[in-house]
Amino acid sequence: MKIKGSVHKFGDNINTDEIIPARYLNTIDPEVLSGHCMEDADPDFVKKVKKGDIIVAGANFGCGSSREHAPIAIKAAGISCVIAQSFARIFYRNAINIGLAILENGQLAGCIQTGDIIEIDLAAGRIYEPKNDKTYITQPFPEFMQRIVSAGGLMQYVKDSKGI
Amino acid sequence: MRQTITEKILARHYAKKRVKPGDFINAKVDLCLGNDITAPLAISEFEKAGMRSPWNRNRIALVPDHFTPNKDAMSARQCKILQVFSKAHGIRHYFEQGRVGVEHALLPESGLTGPGDLIIGADSHTCTYGALGAFSTGVGSTDLACVMATGRCWFKVPRSVKFIYKGRLPKWSGGKDVILFTIGKIGVDGANYEAMEFTGSVIRRLPMDDRFSICNMAIEAGAKNGIIAPDEITRAYIKQTMGRRYPLYAARWAYLYSDKDADYTDVHEWDMSAMEPQVACPHLPSNVKGVSELKKISIDQSVIGSCTNGRISDLRIAARILKGRRVNSRVRLIVIPATQKIYAQALDEGLLEVFTKAGAAVETPTCGPCLGGHAGILAEGESAIATTNRNFVGRMGSPKSFVYLSNPAVAAASAIKARIAHPAEII
Ligand code: SF4
Repeated sequence: MKIKGSVHKFGDNINTDEIIPARYLNTIDPEVLSGHCMEDADPDFVKKVKKGDIIVAGANFGCGSSREHAPIAIKAAGISCVIAQSFARIFYRNAINIGLAILENGQLAGCIQTGDIIEIDLAAGRIYEPKNDKTYITQPFPEFMQRIVSAGGLMQYVKDSKGI
Repeated sequence: MRQTITEKILARHYAKKRVKPGDFINAKVDLCLGNDITAPLAISEFEKAGMRSPWNRNRIALVPDHFTPNKDAMSARQCKILQVFSKAHGIRHYFEQGRVGVEHALLPESGLTGPGDLIIGADSHTCTYGALGAFSTGVGSTDLACVMATGRCWFKVPRSVKFIYKGRLPKWSGGKDVILFTIGKIGVDGANYEAMEFTGSVIRRLPMDDRFSICNMAIEAGAKNGIIAPDEITRAYIKQTMGRRYPLYAARWAYLYSDKDADYTDVHEWDMSAMEPQVACPHLPSNVKGVSELKKISIDQSVIGSCTNGRISDLRIAARILKGRRVNSRVRLIVIPATQKIYAQALDEGLLEVFTKAGAAVETPTCGPCLGGHAGILAEGESAIATTNRNFVGRMGSPKSFVYLSNPAVAAASAIKARIAHPAEII
């Protein structure tokens, strides 16, 4: 799967209260949630984001509460992939379980800016940045997780394998 | 290779003699949990996948505690989903208003969590039950749906980090201060993906309530789980909460400890004898200072409650400080017993009378202000001290408000002084 999009950059320790504040958690509707995506980190984010855009962040992205509403809001806002130096563990498994593409890369956040265009080859774990003609290599997913993602998420995987 | 207590529990739930860090396992779950925020999503995933009935109706706990008593029509609808699902499938551990409480205080006191269990919850503070010597961790709603359907969950076996606390805690410092101190030292991702194992003479002397506070905040260091090997204090606790089920756990004492030469990625050792009460400043739980450095910080609100510090011993210590005194007229003190049982006990012991007469608002068990849900939201520019576990931007209301985290003694003393205060300034 190949992705190309424009970057929105965030810092370290972006937590799920910033990604989707708890005051909006009285619904599970992805459309409503996406309207408040990243609101407490950048109030204008939803106005700026376009379909296919990419979030690039520092360490420990998605820390805090276990709310799956966070990756759901990001996905529904049109973000095609999140690349961070590292992810908090519950966010990591939630993203995989709902089929939001994520990659871990430590260098990228330091080298690019909001608005830059990057290209991602998910299967190969390769990120290409045309402006400086630079390529970044990331760790591809462990095989176990690839199976979940290629099934289209955890529940489909459970169904396909009849109770795992 | 010898094993840690975390590895031993995981291995047993995967029907293996041993597992090692990094292994992917699809383990059997003893109990799973969802609340009014996370369970509706899980139930919708469960139904979308065409599942007809849950794997075991006795091992699913559904706890509407976050926005309850329902704060608006949308929250009411979320709670309704839990109620309808529970009724349709005969879910045994569904807790209605008036019996409900904050999930991580409620399940242990209801005897649903025990040493050696493997527990998952669609709530990050599910790590609380590690205080009983369980492997317990927070997951997402889709994970919960998967467990409700199959009774199993995938895990990557975590590496373990050991914390040894030596000496004796000084007066006014407790479990909350131990964990705040620790997060201050290692940072909010200091134990990312890892198991935090809490040991040492300080832990051995701590009552269960304090142990729950410690394991509760393991997630605030990014950990997968926090764990304390069970001992006599654990045994006495579960004997009382489990009643008839207690003997089922007796055999587990034989293996629920870490082997002497088990492998740790890191070992931290601290003497705690001089640690004053700790406070985490905005906007990260790792931004920790000693309380005496913060006496100039004025506060508008103080909250005593939550899954971290809403238990009976927390209320007792707050009442001790507030007895015969008045909450400062510029401050809102909100006290929330974590469960109905704790509420009733506080009533019996006269604690609620102390709070009410001091000028505090006592609320029915709920998460409420802890997550900025309802019942105690901060306005722009306001500051609060709270016995909760997170002080992220906007956590208790306006994105322009400030939250300081402390133990209940400091929160009570601060409510009297209208600024952050050491309990020794009061008594
Ligand atoms: S009290 Fe706070 S931290 Fe605990 S479960 Fe409720 S919202 Fe979460």
